[in-house]
Amino acid sequence: MSEESNIDIYRRRFMSGTATAAAGLAVAPGVMLTEVARAKPADQAVSSDIRWGMLIDTNKCNEGCNDCVTACNEEHNLEGFGRPATDAQWIRKVTLKDKQTGNIQTLPMLCQHCEHPPCVDVCPTGASFKREDGIVLVDKHICIGCRYCMMACPYKARSFVHEKLQDQMPYSPRGKGTVESCTFCVHRVDEDILPACVVACKEENHNAITFGDMNDPDSEISQQLKQHSSRQVRADLELNTGVRYRGI
Amino acid sequence: MIKYSLITLLFSLLLGVYTPGTAADVASGEDTSGPFIPKAQRRFSEEQGCVEPTGEMRANHMEYILDQRDATVHEGIRTRQYSLQECINCHVSDAEDAPRVDNEEHFCSSCHTYAAVSIDCFQCHADRPVKSRFDSLSNSSMHRIGSAAVPPTTLDSEQLKVLSNEDFGNE
Ligand code: SF4
Ligand code: SF4
Repeated sequence: MSEESNIDIYRRRFMSGTATAAAGLAVAPGVMLTEVARAKPADQAVSSDIRWGMLIDTNKCNEGCNDCVTACNEEHNLEGFGRPATDAQWIRKVTLKDKQTGNIQTLPMLCQHCEHPPCVDVCPTGASFKREDGIVLVDKHICIGCRYCMMACPYKARSFVHEKLQDQMPYSPRGKGTVESCTFCVHRVDEDILPACVVACKEENHNAITFGDMNDPDSEISQQLKQHSSRQVRADLELNTGVRYRGI
Repeated sequence: MIKYSLITLLFSLLLGVYTPGTAADVASGEDTSGPFIPKAQRRFSEEQGCVEPTGEMRANHMEYILDQRDATVHEGIRTRQYSLQECINCHVSDAEDAPRVDNEEHFCSSCHTYAAVSIDCFQCHADRPVKSRFDSLSNSSMHRIGSAAVPPTTLDSEQLKVLSNEDFGNE
């Protein structure tokens, strides 16, 4: 396809596209332009200018609520086989109880997208890797299923697929014999859409999870991290995690 | 093949089973010895059926998919021309009872069975188009990163450049 016809197709799509986009143009073209310019074009590689991160406010995370977990399972079609010990689990709720006071807190635990990920250090094949923008993934084309990374991860964030699978989501390929973990919904993030768990939490008005670019001082997550104290789980390991917690 | 057709024609004539139908088949040189390959749902462009000329795709589709795979997994490049997902969207029917990859009538299997080359793509990838909740999300501002409603970004840099230069003035 020639460049010109590509552009024509794009123009048509854009002009006839979303009503919100058109309304936005009429009101404030300048604003839209900066927004458009910020979004990553599909043919451009991700860069280290961005570091995706997540801030979880445990004060807003309700005991008994499992919405983020359900949303993740649905998004990636993580069906269970009735074997909780080995079923895939990308995000799970953890309950903390202060034995002295009886105070109970719950929080979602997931891959922390470490800046210095032990899973990548130990992987013998190079299948575990960190993207330029900080998202830690498994390239399942290369993974041999040795599970070293599962042993190395301090957060117990990874799962091994034990069963033959069918009807995987097109954007989330998964298969028997490989290891997997939270991808920060990389298929969404690359299109400027929030991860499924974040949306689920928002939709139920809990708003316990903030997601964004930790390298951008103006992003909501950077602002919140600046204003409030937060912690990394097992900060002593100095992995500089991409997931931070408030209220623990 | 031509030789075979001629012999068939001669035999049909000899046996007196000659019909206009077989004559037409022979005249168009239709080759029925290869695999039956299901038709794609769409054309890529007016001039071209697939994303590259058909002969090129038959010989080298795996190279295109392999390059795209590394670019997508490691660099987050999500152009659609050579993506396996788009191959499936166009070449495989989304009907409930459409053949799956373990069936010879599935687009990929039709040729791969014929050529006796096994494929392992579909141990992990969906072997048919799967509709998902995610497909309908991109226009809702609640789902967007950042507060403003940003239009979908399945555009490449060339398209964005044109957009900012011509349609909105260059700032
Ligand atoms: S949390 Fe575990 S799986 Fe995730 S990057 Fe860190 S070590 Fe790797
Ligand atoms: S299981 Fe796969 S990703 Fe994990 S260490 Fe082994 S090869 Fe690497």
